[in-house]
Amino acid sequence: MNSHLIRDLEKILDPRGVLHAPEDLMLYEYDGSVETARPDCVVFPRTTNEVVEIVRLAVRHEVPIVGRGTGTGLSGGAIARHGGMIVSFARMNRILAIDAENQRATVQPGVVNSDLTAAVEHLGLHFAPDPSSQKACTIGGNVSENSGGPHTLAYGVTTNHVLALEIVLPSGESMRLGSEAIDAPGYDVTGLFVGSEGTFGLVTEITVKLTRNPEAVKTLLAIFDSVDDATESVADITARGITPAACEMLDGWTIRAVEDYVHAGFPLDCAAILLIEVDGLRESTESDARSIADVCSAHHSREVRVARDARERDLLWKGRKNAFGAAGRLSPSYYTQDGVIPRTKLPQTLRRIEEIGKKYNLRIGNVFHAGDGNLHPIILFDQRNEQEFRDTVRAGDEILEFCIAMGGSITGEHGVGMEKDRLMPLLFTEADLALMRMVRAVFNRADLLNPGKIFPASKGCGEIYVRPRPATAAPSA
Amino acid sequence: MSASGAIALSQLSQISGEANVLHDPSRLGAYQIDSKLPAAAVRPGSNEEVADIVKFAAREKLALVVSGARTKLAMGMPPRQYDLALDMTRMSRIVAYDPQDLTLCVESGTPLQRIAHALAEHGQFLPLAVPFAAWATVGGTIASGVDSPLRHSYGTARDFVLGMQFVTGDGVAAKSGGRVVKNVSGYDIHKMMIGSLGTLGAITRINFRTFPLPHTTSTYVALFRTARGACEFRNALAQSALRPRTVEILGGRGAAVAESSTRAGIPFDTDKWPLVVSFAGEENVLERVRREMETLAAGRGDLLSLTELDSDAEKSAMNFVSEFPAAILERFPAAAIFKISALPTELSELANQIASIETPWALMMRGLGVAYLGLLPSSTSESSLLALKQECARILSLGGKPPWRNVTLPWCPAALKREIDVWGARPASLDLMKKLKAVFDPAGILSPGRFTGGI
Repeated sequence: MNSHLIRDLEKILDPRGVLHAPEDLMLYEYDGSVETARPDCVVFPRTTNEVVEIVRLAVRHEVPIVGRGTGTGLSGGAIARHGGMIVSFARMNRILAIDAENQRATVQPGVVNSDLTAAVEHLGLHFAPDPSSQKACTIGGNVSENSGGPHTLAYGVTTNHVLALEIVLPSGESMRLGSEAIDAPGYDVTGLFVGSEGTFGLVTEITVKLTRNPEAVKTLLAIFDSVDDATESVADITARGITPAACEMLDGWTIRAVEDYVHAGFPLDCAAILLIEVDGLRESTESDARSIADVCSAHHSREVRVARDARERDLLWKGRKNAFGAAGRLSPSYYTQDGVIPRTKLPQTLRRIEEIGKKYNLRIGNVFHAGDGNLHPIILFDQRNEQEFRDTVRAGDEILEFCIAMGGSITGEHGVGMEKDRLMPLLFTEADLALMRMVRAVFNRADLLNPGKIFPASKGCGEIYVRPRPATAAPSA
Repeated sequence: MSASGAIALSQLSQISGEANVLHDPSRLGAYQIDSKLPAAAVRPGSNEEVADIVKFAAREKLALVVSGARTKLAMGMPPRQYDLALDMTRMSRIVAYDPQDLTLCVESGTPLQRIAHALAEHGQFLPLAVPFAAWATVGGTIASGVDSPLRHSYGTARDFVLGMQFVTGDGVAAKSGGRVVKNVSGYDIHKMMIGSLGTLGAITRINFRTFPLPHTTSTYVALFRTARGACEFRNALAQSALRPRTVEILGGRGAAVAESSTRAGIPFDTDKWPLVVSFAGEENVLERVRREMETLAAGRGDLLSLTELDSDAEKSAMNFVSEFPAAILERFPAAAIFKISALPTELSELANQIASIETPWALMMRGLGVAYLGLLPSSTSESSLLALKQECARILSLGGKPPWRNVTLPWCPAALKREIDVWGARPASLDLMKKLKAVFDPAGILSPGRFTGGI
């Protein structure tokens, strides 16, 4: 990288705000996905003005710009695929305003998701999007990826909770989108921006809605001897008009992996469990919990347990949220998928995933948001075995192709990034993608912001970077 | 019709069939927008026809306005040019409905009523309790961005539209989103289509998430002496454990119009401030609500009465808070109706400032912080129109200053639009919006001039 650029960056930021030594950059070459690429420098702005200045500088030097929170993303969104400058928001991590009465907060992008909830807990409020990485991931990253989490079944994903953004565009302009009050006039550019995976601009401030904590929460653990019984229970719960706050499923293999690691109290000899949560008024949670238990029993559940207190509830959720960490203990590497299917297609999709696993002789665990049909198959592999590695990628693609054939999508909450870009043509026509590219150009004409993401590379370029991940992997959604 | 016009008609007939091309002025009156008539109206029967028509219009530089049941053509500014009405009402199929999955795909010309019936058979619904619901199509509802009291608990279309197909201004059929309830593949272009008033594309299909109909509901009217009392009650509700389905406060003539529109014996006393709140749940939940409501109401000096409505009155009250702008326009066709958004805790101050308006007014404030303010001129005389125009200009100029955070004028007499921009203050990101518009509609033929900032 141009040493003039580094010098100019250091003038804007102070020398500690710019990293460019190879040993420092290594820490920024990966995220929570299986891919890596090394940036040329990493910068740590403190203010929107500094972001404006470094963006202007990078654009003048035609250097790619990639925003980054804490690097927990699962699709390579925060990886500098074509090198360039990573803008880390680690130092822009202040909660700027909390308005409890109006249930709003304004934060800098580097605020950690669960820190916002912790800051408003005493007011009886929380920030609803709750990706499994919520103790590490940032709200800026959530906005870029439109992150979900278990409780988005009832409360919606990030975009449903974002009112306004302050953004910096490659043109060096900073502007506000949306408004603190609802229904800002004009096009819903905020809605377009959320989930644009860092390809439009950098987010420097976010105004979110806060959600009131429910009076009562009931967490149920339903234990099944057959996967089909579990998936059919999910369909039946939905069909009866009950919308749980969360409805998660773990299959037998995942249960055993988790139990060995977290000791959440999951039975080791079952085929599947459902972790279902209902919340609201005491009266409604009681009757909903009863109905759900009835449905599960009708589908031959071996047992339905209800968490007796917050401690038991937390333990069950710890089991769920650490499922990916548990997988990491059992295999040198793993590859997580994020396909979505209509909820009614769960049984046949899980059967198909099992077949694909057998075909390639790969172990595939399943832990996922059953309530909204968002699957997270975990394919275990050993990167030292080249054949196994190639099979893993093929198996992953076959699973996603099946999801699309079921009328679903390739990603429910992790983003397309640099991992699923090649699959986009299976979902979208040339015309759809051309329009999306033109929309991107409105914000990011020279394609300097997060280049190489979302859109498939030009034809014939079948590059797939799947690289090992450390066994001590961060938890995933 | 001119010679070139005759060619246009024959081309349109080739695309959609002669029977679906209207050019007889007597039949075009139905498509008028603020007294402007198109030269022709065409009713496509498929996505391909829509694409062909738009492609043709772009080539010939014919300005077109997409319409459904034409209940909301008066919203926004009149089009700068209006050659062709693209009437979507022939495209009215429910393309796919999977009750078990709670997802739905419909063509944009489908009437909301038909959708409601189809869903009700499976105990489901779309939470779009919008004005003009008896006639409106789903496409017009989404494209105009009208809201619903149910947004309090279900959110707006942006929260439950899963994806869309549309034809952009160059006649290209495209889509975004999908049919599953959770999806982050590609840009959420469909969110931008909501409320874009047909300036970005002709929506052809919409995918929705559907919802189970509630078991039972209950509705209360808490009648307050002052706006402040009603707003304080709103705040207390927001901080309680209760999760209301809808919360609306009526003020000024709002209560009177409600009374005469509903005729349901609801205690909507004129010049008082009724707060209408509804809940859903099973009987034990509604029993709990009853107790909590009494507790919340106790000791409020400003409270005149708290009434739980019977089912007929409940229906009327919910219908009124859904249809408010339509109900006002029905009784006062020359009314000017503002949409104002404020922070919820600013509603009291907003009502306070509105109270000093001299023109008779009717107000409905949704608990989440959106207010509809109707100015009701006593006559259609020139002098009263002039006074109305001045008052509208004044109110629009307040936009941006709390509690008047966002102010637009979705409905007003056409005569006012010659001098007033009903969109009020320009959004900070207007330049960006214009660039986006140019991507979707390079020839500038889609509803030119109807949207904010001359878009």
